Amino acid sequence: VKYPDCLCFAADIISTVEFNYSGELLATGDKGGRVVIFQHEQESKNRPHLRGEYNVYSTFQSHEPEFDYLKSLEIEEKINKIRWLPQQNAAHFLLSTNDKTIKLWKISERDKRAEGYNLKDEDGRLRDPFRITSLRVPVLMPMDLMVEASPRRIFANAHTYHINSISVNSDHETYLSADDLRINLWHLEITDRSFNIVDIKPANMEELTEVITAAECHPHQCNVFVYSSSKGTIRLCDMRAAALCDRHSKFFEEPEDPSSRSFFSEIISSISDVKFSHSGRYMMTRDYLSVKVWDLNMENRPVETYQVHEYLRSKLCSLYENDCIFDKFECCWNGSDSAIMTGSYNNFFRMFDRNTRRDITLEASRESSKPRATLKPRKVSTGGKRKKDEISVDSLDFNKKILHTAWHPKENVIAVAATNNLYIFQDKIN
Amino acid sequence: MFTKGTKRKFSDPGEEPASSGDPGPAAPSAAARTLSSSYSLQRQSLLDMSLIKLQLCHMLVEPNLCRSVLIANTVRQIQEEMTQDGTWHIMTQALAAAQCPADRLVATEVLCRQTDAAAQAGQSPKPFSVVGLQEGYHSEEVVMEGDVETEVTMSSLSPLSPQLSSASYLTGPFEVGPCWEEEDEEEDHSESSEPSLMSEHSRHPALEELFSDVDPSYYDLDTVLTGTPKMGPYDLLESLSSHGPTALSSSSSCRSDLNELDHIMEIIVGS
Repeated sequence: VKYPDCLCFAADIISTVEFNYSGELLATGDKGGRVVIFQHEQESKNRPHLRGEYNVYSTFQSHEPEFDYLKSLEIEEKINKIRWLPQQNAAHFLLSTNDKTIKLWKISERDKRAEGYNLKDEDGRLRDPFRITSLRVPVLMPMDLMVEASPRRIFANAHTYHINSISVNSDHETYLSADDLRINLWHLEITDRSFNIVDIKPANMEELTEVITAAECHPHQCNVFVYSSSKGTIRLCDMRAAALCDRHSKFFEEPEDPSSRSFFSEIISSISDVKFSHSGRYMMTRDYLSVKVWDLNMENRPVETYQVHEYLRSKLCSLYENDCIFDKFECCWNGSDSAIMTGSYNNFFRMFDRNTRRDITLEASRESSKPRATLKPRKVSTGGKRKKDEISVDSLDFNKKILHTAWHPKENVIAVAATNNLYIFQDKIN
Repeated sequence: MFTKGTKRKFSDPGEEPASSGDPGPAAPSAAARTLSSSYSLQRQSLLDMSLIKLQLCHMLVEPNLCRSVLIANTVRQIQEEMTQDGTWHIMTQALAAAQCPADRLVATEVLCRQTDAAAQAGQSPKPFSVVGLQEGYHSEEVVMEGDVETEVTMSSLSPLSPQLSSASYLTGPFEVGPCWEEEDEEEDHSESSEPSLMSEHSRHPALEELFSDVDPSYYDLDTVLTGTPKMGPYDLLESLSSHGPTALSSSSSCRSDLNELDHIMEIIVGS
């Protein structure tokens, strides 16, 4: 299933992808402020081959572009993150955010309508009360399924800097939002107030050398969250310790390898994404060249390191020049925490099996992804000799970057966003 | 696939210099010299590139703070290393000695108010000063529209100055104020005023034609890198992030309380 990809507007560039807790729904946000939700097809005996397909369930405009008159600057409508709330009733709720404003959306189905009103006709015209001679009880009649999205809460004006993360707490009542310098804690019911729990803005902005790049709540401990920085560090904070969590409980940093130090060392160490494992025992960080798995009980180094595209290390100057070195790749766990996935360039994405230590490179492109066809592993040749199916580093297309990927929480289904196309792949061997 | 840019790829001294395209050295001592000069060239081009990146951040949307911080940190690293090498001092002196053609951008500085600038003009030249400060020098403070914390200084040089015909324009507003002024008095002012240049990016339509002949290939390293803490790349950061402050920093509390609109009007009128 793909986005309608016949038209390539910049507004269609996908900026976030997220499965809900059951995996039944998949939400995407794009640069134009729209949210498109896909739904997993129900199993059907008549058409068993349809199982596994995701079809469009709902589309709505979440954010509009705004103009900050005070600063004479535009506020982009691009959706930076979507996070689902756990489902508590028939409706679905999600949080979507742009640079400045977070919104809570309710997505509900309507498949019945009431007919037989007393006071109005079937076409809605009001009836003259004097003409009504008898009363009837309206009955619910089935109608074509309609999916409605309505904004239930708008959490605005709490962030001076650009929001990069939102994360729903395990208490299902609060959530955090993080921008470059601050992290706020919200209650889902309260929009006019939020608690500032982290503030790294220096008194003198000239002393600023480090920013917050990502933040996430612990999946089980509602008092614990982590945030990563542009210097490659992760801080774990406990909200019980103090109201303002400027002092971390744990500080994760891998000592630098002095032999590989260069002027780009700091930039490539900047963490672009941090994700807890489903178990809550580990967390994963993505920096420019690698993915690292950390044990929360060990702060001085990660327990696993996976090279995503080490062949880029000798190209850092060019990547700095064309700004690719600042690309923010995300990463994700599979449902059982046995595998991790992240994106790369040339529409490649990488999957690592933590148990077997095997890794695979796949490509998300129309040419290589006919429906029902199996993806062929790809390889980038680093040495002088290029084998037949390999692609050389200099042939990689750095405009085709896969920044956003998502893994179904229970099944081996993955969603990969390649610029303005969404690819959904399913593992047949199950 | 890569955008056009510097031919040399930056590599550490430890990495192979072959990728840089330098010719192989003949003798070990020559090798050392070649290697280090190649490294210096690469480092210099990296510095130049970083400065361009910091300057060209002005768009309709707020620039990415993380990217700006990382670039500024890179610039600082280079500066620190060059200071340790002793090459920093050499470079700034070389810049000071160089000639200044007429059509180059001059000065890159954030100046305080007009009176302060004029007062400074008579005193020891400072690295951030407009080249050839003289009578008729006229600088204006402009507050970047709506941005409380940042200022832009446009200096239009007197027609008396034959060398300096083009106006200079700062893209990166810096913190200004009396505290800034104090910093100006420090040791770096032994440097003579030099043809310091910086690439420009004008957001104001009225100014665009002034800079049409600007040569963006020269950058005032001093402005960005010379060591007084207040005048570091973070000033650029401050300006480029263009974030309205919720809490004003200490230096901004020193700043002028002139009306922003007045400043904008001054620029438009071109007085």
